[in-house]
Amino acid sequence: MARFTDKNSYTILFSVIMVLVVGSLLAGIAQGLRGKISENERFEKQQNILYAMGVDDNEGTGSVTFIPTNEVEATFHKYIKKQLVIQGDEVSENENAYLIDIKKEESHAKEDSNYKRKLPLFIGEKDGKTYYIMPMRGKGLWDAIWGFVSLDKDFVVEGVFFDHKGETPGLGANIKERFFMDDFKGEQIMNGDAFEGITVAKGNNDPLNDRKDDQKVDALAGATITGNGVTAMIKKDVAQYIPYLEKLKGAEKNEIMEAAPVSDTIQ
Amino acid sequence: MALLSKKDSRLILDPLADNNPITIQVLGICSALAITAQLKASIVMALSVMVVLAVGNVVISLLRNVIPGKIRIIAQLIIVAALVIIVDQVLKAFAYELSKQLSVFIGLIITNCIIMGRFEAFALANKPWRSFLDGIGNAAGYGLILIIVGFFRELLGSGTLLGFKVLGDPIAKTGLYALGYENNGFMLLSPMALIVIGIIIWVQRSRNKELIEEN
Repeated sequence: MARFTDKNSYTILFSVIMVLVVGSLLAGIAQGLRGKISENERFEKQQNILYAMGVDDNEGTGSVTFIPTNEVEATFHKYIKKQLVIQGDEVSENENAYLIDIKKEESHAKEDSNYKRKLPLFIGEKDGKTYYIMPMRGKGLWDAIWGFVSLDKDFVVEGVFFDHKGETPGLGANIKERFFMDDFKGEQIMNGDAFEGITVAKGNNDPLNDRKDDQKVDALAGATITGNGVTAMIKKDVAQYIPYLEKLKGAEKNEIMEAAPVSDTIQ
Repeated sequence: MALLSKKDSRLILDPLADNNPITIQVLGICSALAITAQLKASIVMALSVMVVLAVGNVVISLLRNVIPGKIRIIAQLIIVAALVIIVDQVLKAFAYELSKQLSVFIGLIITNCIIMGRFEAFALANKPWRSFLDGIGNAAGYGLILIIVGFFRELLGSGTLLGFKVLGDPIAKTGLYALGYENNGFMLLSPMALIVIGIIIWVQRSRNKELIEEN
């Protein structure tokens, strides 16, 4: 018996209907959930930035705990005093600087060599101490990795946050675990006067990370390429901020001597 | 079992042992190697596959009389891909933290050949309820092996279980480490998962000689 499903016309009709139904179903769901998803992503960015400057709900030495999503908006505005956008020599304040898409800026700058990419810089304050927090983006083994690093005025790392899109679970994915991120705290990114970044080094032989001035942290076993990606990301992205931060540091010295406001000296 | 007829309960119990998708049918090896370095990841993957396989089996079974034979594989692929995207989007909207943890697993479900295998071999020829049970059973059989492999790899490779340091602290040299025990870093790499699965297959076949193929 020839079944009606064997006809060519039925096959075509079925494919058309299936594509229409599945397509509109997915489009409808994506559209309906978009607002909620982008809000979640916004909160996540705020949580990550705060985490890099040490504002978190971590307990003990175990896992990463962020500020809860229902408080993060208020907490973010409490700790982050200024959001700057550095574009070439121009520096402007923008309270939505944290929403700047680093990936887009990067590819824009690559395509058009005249384009000066926007570099967001967040200035946070906690217990009277100032933190300079900058975003980073790079490549891991499988896909993108990104994160934030916070420096104090002497270029010492106060905290980092890393995340990844698809690193191997249990290996490269561990860059977002406490035991890796905590190692960066206290590392100096400048070697003398030159910027060096921090190298994720195999054979560093410093598991407790006692040496803070060697620009090195211990690598993760089985995650060489992800670790190299972290090294390269820090080197490439933090370097872009160094001229501005040095200027800021110089300005501060002037301020002590001349008692001039910082903002005047920068602009 | 009073809840299920004898025939139905076999649908769930068979894939757990004598017809296990990984150790007997040797399907789904790819993900079993890739994501079993930690117990938690194994458990999460097992649950995700269970949801997708059970729902997908029911959908395919409901449509089994209208899917044209010539394009049935494409139809199956579209259904599993759509299901995975829906799960992914819903998680992103309502359980963002969880969806971050699952990250690649959700996408990886599409590539799991157990899913296509069960759609093709079972759901296309059986009623929805039986297909549902078959989905649950096969996903449980798959998950069982994943969890066993994840257990040994995390315990011997990192000395932890679900992130807890069960063997003591390797840096401070407490617990077993005080006796000179070392973690085996090789356990963290995929080849070791294959060896662990091989050992499971060996144990299973030596206990049940009927499973050994003649050739």
